[in-house]
Amino acid sequence: MSNPKPEQLVQIDYRPPSRDWMNPAVEFRRGTFCYSAAAKNLEYLNLPNPREWQPFDKDWKLPPDWKRIVLEGMRDRLRKFRSFRLFMDICVRCGACADKCHFYIGSGDPKNMPVLRAELLRSVYRRYFTLAGRLFGKLAGARDLTEDVVKEWFYYFYQCTECRRCSVFCPYGIDTAEITMIGRELLNLIGCNINWVLEPAANCFRTGNHLGVQPHGFKDSIDFAVDELEEITGVRVEAPINRKGAEILFIVPSADYFGTPHYYSLLGYLMLFHEIGLDYTFSAFASEGGNFGLFNSHEMIKRLNAKIYAEAKRLGVKWIVGAECGHMWRVLHQYMDTMNGPADFLEVPVSPVTGTRFDHARSTKMVHLCEFTADLIKHGKLKLDPSRNNHWNVTFHDSCNPSRAMGLLEEPRYILRNVCNHFHEMPENTIREQTFCCGSGSGLGTDENFEMRMRGGLPRANAVRYVRDKYGVNLLACICAIDKATLPPLLEYWTPGVEVAGVHELVGNALVMRGEAERKTDLRGQPLELQEAVHA
Amino acid sequence: MELTSLIAVAIPYAAIAIFLIGFSYRIVRWSLSPVPFRIPTVCGQQKSLPWIKAGYLESPWTRMGVVARMALEILLFRSLFRNTRAELRQGPKLSYLESKFLWLGALAFHWSFLVILLRHLRFFLEPVPAFVGAIEAADGFFQVSLPVLYLTDVVILVALGYLLARRIWNAQARYISLPSDYLALALLIGLAGTGVIMRYFTRVDVIAAKQFALGLATFSPVAPENLGVMFYAHLFTLSALIAYLPFSKLVHMGGVFLSPTRNLANDNRARRHVNPWNYPVKVHTYQEWEDEFREKIAAAGLPLERQ
Ligand code: SF4
Ligand code: SF4
Repeated sequence: MSNPKPEQLVQIDYRPPSRDWMNPAVEFRRGTFCYSAAAKNLEYLNLPNPREWQPFDKDWKLPPDWKRIVLEGMRDRLRKFRSFRLFMDICVRCGACADKCHFYIGSGDPKNMPVLRAELLRSVYRRYFTLAGRLFGKLAGARDLTEDVVKEWFYYFYQCTECRRCSVFCPYGIDTAEITMIGRELLNLIGCNINWVLEPAANCFRTGNHLGVQPHGFKDSIDFAVDELEEITGVRVEAPINRKGAEILFIVPSADYFGTPHYYSLLGYLMLFHEIGLDYTFSAFASEGGNFGLFNSHEMIKRLNAKIYAEAKRLGVKWIVGAECGHMWRVLHQYMDTMNGPADFLEVPVSPVTGTRFDHARSTKMVHLCEFTADLIKHGKLKLDPSRNNHWNVTFHDSCNPSRAMGLLEEPRYILRNVCNHFHEMPENTIREQTFCCGSGSGLGTDENFEMRMRGGLPRANAVRYVRDKYGVNLLACICAIDKATLPPLLEYWTPGVEVAGVHELVGNALVMRGEAERKTDLRGQPLELQEAVHA
Repeated sequence: MELTSLIAVAIPYAAIAIFLIGFSYRIVRWSLSPVPFRIPTVCGQQKSLPWIKAGYLESPWTRMGVVARMALEILLFRSLFRNTRAELRQGPKLSYLESKFLWLGALAFHWSFLVILLRHLRFFLEPVPAFVGAIEAADGFFQVSLPVLYLTDVVILVALGYLLARRIWNAQARYISLPSDYLALALLIGLAGTGVIMRYFTRVDVIAAKQFALGLATFSPVAPENLGVMFYAHLFTLSALIAYLPFSKLVHMGGVFLSPTRNLANDNRARRHVNPWNYPVKVHTYQEWEDEFREKIAAAGLPLERQ
């Protein structure tokens, strides 16, 4: 199957169909959905109803009492989550959220308006849990729960990247991501999952990271990075693993040591830590900060996250630093302490270099690397030569979670302004709290879902195109592992000529190290002068 | 019972009873569900390093900040004010255009409704409190007719008309609208419409209306005489509206205060949030991991807990 061309894809019809949305029938067209989770992954994680099936099958092999399971699951969650109960009740269908979702903008499918995505679940809630819905049925916006509804849920709850942009615009703060999360939990109860979420989750549970990298493989890739760094900089750095008694435990998303362009940021981290003489350690078990549990269920978040505090305790560190990753930081910032805390065996983070006390992280004891680095730069502790990034004309993409779950907006920008000379913001409505998702978050970044990803990523790519054409931007910097994996194909599709990099790759390029050899290439191994010439 | 006393006495009391019970039930239901996680939707810079200016209102980290954020939300519809309209042109070029009409319409409706409600206190209180007089004076500032034309009477009808028209003419809004959305608007338009007709056209007997209202308020109701059919229509629509309210989306007037994405501080890493139903889960322990990969860990030269 060949993928549709951009010119075709952009012919988007925003006129709603004549068919009433209450009709649940969906067509599983190739390119617009993700494959089911393999039975072995469900089995490994002890999840219900492992079996062979695919979304385009007619028979989904649901358990015989699936309806009871789903409705009881709903009742249970209505009791446990005020967010869920409230969001089921108070939406006024004003439609303010409608064209705020990148999937709606990119597909024109009305069920991708956050309000309708939520109504898919809300209509069932009304039917079984409200008086009006029980009495008046369709007239009160209520629908029976049928197998077709389950299929429709699956289609649309895996067509939401849980980015929370809609929630910014809703007058009641209704967060469709929260509804999607609950919707996916309900689907999980009857075994309707996608493999791109559950395979990483199962790997992570077993080996400690999404990619299933085992301890020796982890060590190898870090060693490889150390060797390569010596070639580029002439400096040999230390990269301790599972070292007890270090001051800091450093947590990265696994893509950082196994994917590009993530890897260049890893080089940046190693250089930075060496240069300031940080007393830290990696953990080969807590070798993943990312947490695909977030895209499966609250319980799975907790199961996968537990190892971080456990390793901090075992290794006897004082506090924790976390690297560049979006959804990882949603979990670390909004869930970890509640689920697996209190971390009373750790100390309030204090930068050993500047003495800054990270008071805002005094309870979780975990600091974002951008906060840490920004503080170093502010105190003049780093020698930086931003001209080494002159070949890059940079823009910054706010990843959904660091912006809308944390408010980490200025730290990365401050770093960028100090490590490169050419920096341009994308238009106001597409950055900071209004940032657009890459279109592939929350476990949807798989090849079979290509068309939907390109659709969802259109608003982001289009804003990049604006700065590319206006300022000649050729690099998009970000602080998210999923972005680094999925934005390169997205930009190649919509906005060719713009590369993707982590913020700390640019830090690494600019960082002047003591005893370094003359820098001939950047961290990607591209010769420096040559690029200068091209740029001039 | 006579028809008049049914409409004028029994129905209003029943409606109020339904409203009070139903609405409290809704609020209690919401509050009984705990807030397991602190999940504010952050719309500004977090409070982190001292030299970075944090967004006090958009990413509050203190209780006062949260109160201020909520106040902006509830009094001025802050989030709706952000509204834009996405437009796709050839190129492709996406733009996000200012689109404040929904905000304006919603704000105009809610505020005029509130002012009108407060003005109605004149009928239920004797003596009439000074602030009611002050509101009336302000509202009737443009003394363009007799009886004085209240600005809010015009605004509420225009705003409701806009909200209805938007549902009908905007294709997306029409597609998502349920019958209950129109019902709510119809009741509100009916209520405001009958009120306006009564005040400016059929000219209700204000003294009689007040006597009746006072009777209702003091639980000694007397069915009114000579108040005219518009008065009954007004009263009946009102009763229908308040009885319907607990079963409808109109409960948002209470729910908005409880929304966990808005009423929580973004201080997650500074203060631990406790989940009352936090339960132990099956995890993979370090020891299990070490046992599974023992040889490989040793071969890689990494330390082992147990040899
Ligand atoms: S903006 Fe909020 S209230 Fe309006 S339709 Fe969307 S979710 Fe419902
Ligand atoms: S969370 Fe994001 S992807 Fe999901 S409905 Fe809202 S805007 Fe769309």
